[in-house]
Amino acid sequence: MSYAPSIHTLTIPSATRYLRRVRKFVTRHAQQAKLTETHISALILAVDEACANVIEHAYQQDPNNELTIAMTIESTHVVVEIRDHGLPFNRKDYQRPNVVELSRKRRSGGLGVDIMRRMMDKVEYLAHENMNEVRLTKFLHQSE
Amino acid sequence: MSNFSVAFRDFDIATILTVYGELDAHTAPELESAIKKCVNEGKIYLIVNGHGLDYISSAGLGVFMAYIEEIRALNGDIKICALKPKVFNVFDLLGFPRIYHIVKTEEEALSLFNQGIQPV
Repeated sequence: MSYAPSIHTLTIPSATRYLRRVRKFVTRHAQQAKLTETHISALILAVDEACANVIEHAYQQDPNNELTIAMTIESTHVVVEIRDHGLPFNRKDYQRPNVVELSRKRRSGGLGVDIMRRMMDKVEYLAHENMNEVRLTKFLHQSE
Repeated sequence: MSNFSVAFRDFDIATILTVYGELDAHTAPELESAIKKCVNEGKIYLIVNGHGLDYISSAGLGVFMAYIEEIRALNGDIKICALKPKVFNVFDLLGFPRIYHIVKTEEEALSLFNQGIQPV
């Protein structure tokens, strides 16, 4: 597989109805770069979860904000950066969830970050001045 | 416009909820409403048929987690069938088969209800 590195960006309002647009954006560029179906599915799910978290937690469902998705595709890896200006993610709150426990407690949330971590090779949270960034990295192993 | 829908159908003692489209943070409340409606009507033997489901994210999975205890407390259950492999993989990855019956067909799901079998 060989192709030139490419960078694509998308900015959406912070509302869940735009998540479908995000998934289409990721799909389109990943397909153009001829990534495998496995890699494309993983990227779609991880980016969707990251954006849903921003909308729900960083922006508290307030649609009068925006988030930006920047996707860089190189021959060996893909990096997707999701940037927002909302509340920062509190990493100390994160614990790997247990579906049995969550079901017992009738909780509907708590799986998104786990999905991102399982789908990606790296999930990094970067705090800039007035901006949060989640950086997702997926290495493109040929076997997948 | 929503790209998700639910159709209801009776099947012996069970109610089938056939889901179509994409289940994400935007559309998950529609599945939640559908399950809530069933429970309010006393329908507690639910089979979610996912043959038309193209995508699920954590918000969709969360709907199952939020209602299973309530329905089991009423001696009912939610069983899931006919998932496409890539959708099943998401359920599987998160460990759902440990506590939910996920089978191939509506008939298998119904048979589990008729035998009174609950997941371990």
